[in-house]
Amino acid sequence: MSADKSPAAYWAANVRIILICLVIWALVSFGFAILLRPVLAMLPITIGGVDLGFWFAQQGSILTFIVLIFYYTWYMNRLDREFGVDEE
Amino acid sequence: MSQFTLNLIVVGASFALYIGIAIWARAGTTSDFYTASRGVNPIVNGAATAADWMSAASFISMAGLIAFVGYGNSSFLMGWTGGYVLLALLLAPYLRKFGRFTVPEFIGDRFYSQGARIVAVICLLVISITYVIGQMTGAGVAFSRFLEVQNTTGLFIASAVVFIYAVLGGMKGITYTQLAQYCVLITAYTIPAVFISMQLTNNPLPPLGLFSTHAESGLPLLTKLDQVLMELGFHDYTGLHTTKLNMVLFTMSLMIGTAGLPHVIIRFFTVPKVADARKSAGWALIFIALLYLTAPAVGAMAKLNIITTIYPDGTAAEPIRYDERPDWMRSWEQTGLLAFEDKNNDGRIQYYNDRSEDFAAIAEARGWEGNEVVTFNQDILVLANPEIAQLPPWVLALIAAGGLAAALSTAAGLLLAISSAISHDLLKSVLMPKITDKQELMAARISMAFAIGLATYLGLNPPGFAAQVVALAFGLAAATLFPALMMGIFSKKMNTAGAVSGMLVGLIATVLYIFTYLGWFFIPGTNMLDNTPDNWLFGISPLSFGTIGAILNFATAYIVMKLTADPPEHIQELVESIRVPRGAAGAVDH
Repeated sequence: MSADKSPAAYWAANVRIILICLVIWALVSFGFAILLRPVLAMLPITIGGVDLGFWFAQQGSILTFIVLIFYYTWYMNRLDREFGVDEE
Repeated sequence: MSQFTLNLIVVGASFALYIGIAIWARAGTTSDFYTASRGVNPIVNGAATAADWMSAASFISMAGLIAFVGYGNSSFLMGWTGGYVLLALLLAPYLRKFGRFTVPEFIGDRFYSQGARIVAVICLLVISITYVIGQMTGAGVAFSRFLEVQNTTGLFIASAVVFIYAVLGGMKGITYTQLAQYCVLITAYTIPAVFISMQLTNNPLPPLGLFSTHAESGLPLLTKLDQVLMELGFHDYTGLHTTKLNMVLFTMSLMIGTAGLPHVIIRFFTVPKVADARKSAGWALIFIALLYLTAPAVGAMAKLNIITTIYPDGTAAEPIRYDERPDWMRSWEQTGLLAFEDKNNDGRIQYYNDRSEDFAAIAEARGWEGNEVVTFNQDILVLANPEIAQLPPWVLALIAAGGLAAALSTAAGLLLAISSAISHDLLKSVLMPKITDKQELMAARISMAFAIGLATYLGLNPPGFAAQVVALAFGLAAATLFPALMMGIFSKKMNTAGAVSGMLVGLIATVLYIFTYLGWFFIPGTNMLDNTPDNWLFGISPLSFGTIGAILNFATAYIVMKLTADPPEHIQELVESIRVPRGAAGAVDH
């Protein structure tokens, strides 16, 4: 982490983690579950007799969304403290 | 004890609980009424948000919606959950830090314009009123089906219950009844699902059962389902039968629509801290996922169960005789949700896809003259589940209470969004700025009573277009409020002209596109083009247009912002202050 503790640096760090989370958000839903489903289907992995893309469409994406929100919450709580902008 | 008495006892007990909570959680100030004084525990708020969010449609219709289309309708699952990621990352923490009461209030203050606020109020009212119609009709239907009262009487009872806790308690009363309603609805949904999963796959957890082995055939459950569907001329369950473009755009529209729905956003104003708003969105999604991971399993399993009931010796053998059909089919035939017609007079029920050209030859060879399950309402998959699985009568009573809990909790959230927009945004800020807190609280209660009256009226006289209108609600939330809120937080330079022109362009484009294909104000016959994929602009379905509306909103706002003056200094400072969590407690006071 950088030594810059300005509000601008805090915001830049926040936007960065948001973008990372949104890339994963889009990858599991629009990517794995829809557009990249044929690519995933080439892998020798099936869940319950169907290709991985179907599982992402019905369950995998939802489970990833939950993990993403809690990861973001944990990361931001740490970032808030580091930049001294947390709520007591 | 008869089923009717049992339904009455279970539903009556749940209502007594809601009213008890209402008396305990009365609102004393406007802060109580609009935001439960920001004292709600984030996990409690998560459960309340889940009940607020999951409507009669989620509870009753979603499993069927997925079961009848299969993979393609996974859009609903991803769209209605993925929106919470956007809420948690892009909106909820900052709107909580801003620390006011309503969504239009943020738009009005951030874009320093009463005009912007009024445009936001209009969008909010259109979205929330269209949405509440479905809840009231849903509650009316649930009453008439389970409690054997007239639809009208049912609706009046439902309105009276909502009236008690919403007018008395405002957000405070609504929050704690929603918590109770979440417990009722999730229990009601899960119990039959566990039993059907046990029966079909020996796995007590439905989401795992969906991806495990079908006990009877030894095949994976989904493979078995694909197989029997294709043997009857239907398309397979797990395949893609729409365009990828529409599936992506529709999923995206539901996601940003979800994040832009005012009745969901205001739930995040009730938690004490900014960090709680983030955490609360995560808990909301966990509580929602409990139902959304179960629904596709219920859909697929109930569908397979019904087909194997009709074809007990496999699809190659003859189906069951009509007079030997199980009792649950008889009872649901009486509701009109299920209907058979013996087209070839052989006394048996042939269920197949008679619109499939490939299957026509097989059907003819077998002496079939059309699909004999002439009405097969998708809601049956959830409503008849306890009877199909031969569960005790109290489970059916629980389903009745669960369906009502889902409808009433969502209705209450919407009514609060509507009434606070009227009392706080229109009366207090525009028409009568001098009223005191006490007078505003009274105005809020009166607006709430008025909103309930309007919703009851619309529930009694539902416009013929209630179903399509939901597409409009999501499309509008996606194309108007979501972009305006997001730009208000993430772009310091966004100004009045940009935000207002963006909202108007998003609003007009979305409304025009939907009306072009679905008719002006949804009046049949007034559509200018047939609603078929060949006519759609670039093949984009009107249901998926919210995404395009949002893109137009962002683009217009950006261009107009570049051409007009920067917002004043104090607005840019406001944006900087909402970006950091510190000081959220201080922002509570007006």
